[in-house]
Amino acid sequence: MCMRTIEQTTQEILELATMQFKVPAGSLVADDDFYKKLGIDSLQALEMLSRLENHFRIELPDYEVQGVSDFKTLAQRIQARL
Amino acid sequence: MKKRRRNLLPVKEFRGKGLHWEWREGVVELTLDHEPLNEIGTLLLGELEQFAAAIDTLAPITSACIITSARPGGFSVGGDLKELYNNALSLSPKKRVAGLRKFIERIHKVANALDAAPFVTLAAVHGLCMGGGLELALLCDLIVADKMARFGFPELRLGFIPGFGGIPRLRRDVGNSFIRDLLFTGRTVKAEAAHQAGLITHLAGEGYALQVARSMAQQITKFDPEARVAAKKFIKPIPYQELREEVELFCKLFNRPQVMESLRRFVESDDPMKHLPVSPKS
Repeated sequence: MCMRTIEQTTQEILELATMQFKVPAGSLVADDDFYKKLGIDSLQALEMLSRLENHFRIELPDYEVQGVSDFKTLAQRIQARL
Repeated sequence: MKKRRRNLLPVKEFRGKGLHWEWREGVVELTLDHEPLNEIGTLLLGELEQFAAAIDTLAPITSACIITSARPGGFSVGGDLKELYNNALSLSPKKRVAGLRKFIERIHKVANALDAAPFVTLAAVHGLCMGGGLELALLCDLIVADKMARFGFPELRLGFIPGFGGIPRLRRDVGNSFIRDLLFTGRTVKAEAAHQAGLITHLAGEGYALQVARSMAQQITKFDPEARVAAKKFIKPIPYQELREEVELFCKLFNRPQVMESLRRFVESDDPMKHLPVSPKS
């Protein structure tokens, strides 16, 4: 099985968030604070978590992403579960 | 003494402030619709009591009942903690426990009636299904979940345990290691994990939980009602003893200053989604 690099994981997260929140392609970057940039609340963040878990076929406990607000750190948390 | 005549006509339709139900061709659809996310307080409890009171008259003409939610965010986030806190605050500690116990006893009475309903009950779940909302789903014989649904028991985060029958009913359906994970970490799990644990009967595609539940309900209407009732009693016993123990433990834990303090922080927080484990301000 081909292991994703952290760069690939980050890119896939950005693409998923772009689709979920219907923002212009390329408008999100790894260092973005997704709460601020996308204007999302916790409910939407949990929805994003479900999408990420389903996409990467992992379980990512929500306590592991508490306090995480940028895509880069989120990618690191996901990478640790791949 | 003059006896009051009971209304024996089935209540096929009801439209309340927090929920509504409708009977059609042997299937009742009960829809929770209480803003923001079906918090269970006195309003919703009162209307659930009305449904519980209607079960006997609906039973002879009903094969299945689907419980679902019209709220876009999900099925239910459970007990109305704001109401619970404000009610508790207005009472002395002694009266507080008595008031809480009264509320919990009412919830348990409704829950036991729904659990024992002689028709098959299905929960069609999307979005969030947490705390008392999960306890409501656990009353049902079958749970159909949208693949984007999330389940959890966050009560320990506030210093108490699920109080609407959650632990005994969860124990009835799934293994203890899964229950301990949910309780001790307070995390939410995605539908697929809940399905693997045995909590969910069927996974549905995004936006299709109700459709799948309706299809199951139609299939259920085809079978002999007497056999259905017998099978349900045989396979789904109600854990009355454990439920009583849960009420006692819940009241004991709730009557501590730590709980009032955690509820105060919860109620006074200005985060609109403060009850979720993921919060921009956590």
